[in-house]
Amino acid sequence: MSFISPEAYAKTIVASVQEYSLLCGRSVANIFSRPRYTADIFTQMDSIGVGSLPIVVLTGFFTGCVLALQAAVSLKEFGAVNMTGELVTLSMVKELGPVLTGLMVSGRNASGMASELGSMKVSEQIDAMRALGTDPYRKLVTPRLVATVFMLFFLTIISDACGIAGGAFVSVALLKLKAATFFHTGYMSLEHGDVVEGLVKPIFSGFIIASIGCYYGLRTTGGTRGVGRSTTQAVVASSVIIILVDFLVTQLMIGIFGR
Amino acid sequence: MAETVVSPEMKELAASGQPIVEFDDVSIGFDGHEVLSNVSFTVAHGETRILLGPAGGGKSVLMKLANGLIEPDSGEIRVFGRSLREMSEKELFEMRAHVGMVFQESALFDSLDVEDNVAYRLEEEHVDPKEIRERVLEALRFVELEQVIDKFPSELSGGMRRRVSIARAIISKPDLILYDSPTGGLDPITSTTIMELVIKQRDVSQTTCLLITHRLQDAFTLATHRFNPQEKRVEKIPNNGIDPRTRFLVLNEGHIVFDGTTLELTHTKDPWLREYIE
Repeated sequence: MSFISPEAYAKTIVASVQEYSLLCGRSVANIFSRPRYTADIFTQMDSIGVGSLPIVVLTGFFTGCVLALQAAVSLKEFGAVNMTGELVTLSMVKELGPVLTGLMVSGRNASGMASELGSMKVSEQIDAMRALGTDPYRKLVTPRLVATVFMLFFLTIISDACGIAGGAFVSVALLKLKAATFFHTGYMSLEHGDVVEGLVKPIFSGFIIASIGCYYGLRTTGGTRGVGRSTTQAVVASSVIIILVDFLVTQLMIGIFGR
Repeated sequence: MAETVVSPEMKELAASGQPIVEFDDVSIGFDGHEVLSNVSFTVAHGETRILLGPAGGGKSVLMKLANGLIEPDSGEIRVFGRSLREMSEKELFEMRAHVGMVFQESALFDSLDVEDNVAYRLEEEHVDPKEIRERVLEALRFVELEQVIDKFPSELSGGMRRRVSIARAIISKPDLILYDSPTGGLDPITSTTIMELVIKQRDVSQTTCLLITHRLQDAFTLATHRFNPQEKRVEKIPNNGIDPRTRFLVLNEGHIVFDGTTLELTHTKDPWLREYIE
C-alpha cells in the first residue's frame, strides 16, 4: 500500500472543493440563461419527487408512530401524556421531517444520480454530449438540481403530515388520547419560526443531494468499479453534509427566531 | 449525405490556405506522465489524416485535444483558424457544432433509441421535427441501417453501434470529422464495412477528417481505394493509384515519428517505422 504525501493530499482536497464549487456555480448560473431543458426538469421531478413518495410517506408515518410511543413513556412520568401531540408535531416539523426526508431521498437519488452520470462518464457519453455541442452541466446537472430542491420541499411537507398522522394514530389507537386533543396541542405549539425552519432545511438538503450526486457521478473513473465507488461516496457524503448543514441551519434559526 | 456540403466559412478558410486543424508544439501529461510531447502538425482542408501508432501512444488524447474536450498543458491548437485556448466554453460548444466525432466505443446514449441518438444534435438545434426525421433516415440510409431506427443501442451489435455513431457524426454535415478507432475491436468483415463507409463519406462530401486506427490494413485501404458513385461501391484506385489527400501521422510514446504521404511512409528508411509497418 502506497502512502500519499500530506502536500499532495491537501492539493487533492483543495482541487476537489474547487471542482465542486465550480459545478455548483455553473449549475446555478445555468438557471438564468438559455437554453433551458424544461422537459428534463419535469422528467427529473417525476423520478425524484413522485418516485420517492412511497419511502417518504412510510418513513414519515412510522417515525411519527415511534415518536408518539416513545414520548408517551416519558411524558407519563410527569402526567403530561396530553402533550404528546405537541412533542410529535414540533419534532416532525422542525427536525425529523426535514432530516429524515433528506436522508431517505439522498439514499435513493444521490446514489441514482452518481451511478447514472458515472456510467455515462465511463462509457464516454459525457464526452459525446460535449462533442455534440451540449453542456453536460446544463443538460444533466441543472435539471436535477432544480427538480430535487423543488420536490424535496414538498416531500418534506408530506413527510411532516404523515408523521403527525402516524403520531395521531398511535395516540388514539394505543394511548387512548382524543384526536382533537392531539391535533389541538400540536397546532397550538407551532410558531411561525418553527414552520420556516422546517421549510428552509429541505432547500439546503435538496441542493446538497443533487450537487453531491452529480459531482461524484461526473468525476467517476475506473469503469464499473469506479461507478460503484462513486455511488457509495455520494450517499455517504450527502448524508453527512445534510446532518452537518441541518445543525448549522438550526443554530441560525435559533439565532433568528429565538427557539 | 449525397451532396458535397462546404460551409461559406470553410470555403473562405480553404481559399486562405489556412489549415483546418493545427497543432503547434502541444504537450500534455497526466499524473506526472507525459502523454504527448511537443506535437506539431497540420491538417489541410479536404485532407484525410490517418493517425497510426502503438496503443498508449496518445492518439485518443490527441483526438480529444482537437475537439477541445481537454486542454493541453502547453502549446497551441487551432481549429478552423481559431485558437481553442482563446475560445470561451460557449464558443467551444459552437465550434463543436461543425465537428463530427466517432468515439472508440461508439458512446451512444444508452437511454435513447437509434433515432433519438442520431437526431440528438438536430434536436438540440431545434430543427423542425419533420426535417429531423428525414435527415435521420438519410443518415441511417448512408450507413445502411435504416431498419434499426427504433432499436436501443444495447440491442445492436458492436459494428452496428459504430455505424450508428458514424450516422450521428455526419447528420449535421460537419466540416471536420474525428474518427477514434472506428474499427477497434471489430471483426475483419465488419471493419471493412466501416472503412468503406469512411471512404464513401470522404469521397462524397469531401470532408476533412482525422482518423485513428491500429490496423495498417485499414489505413492503406483508405489510401488506395475510392468510392465509385456510378456503381455505388468502393473500389481500388486504378493503376495502383493512391489518394493524394490521404496523409499519415505516426505517434510513438507521445512523439511524432512520421508525418507525410502514403508513398513516403511505405518508402521510409526509419528502422522502427519499417518494423512497425511490416
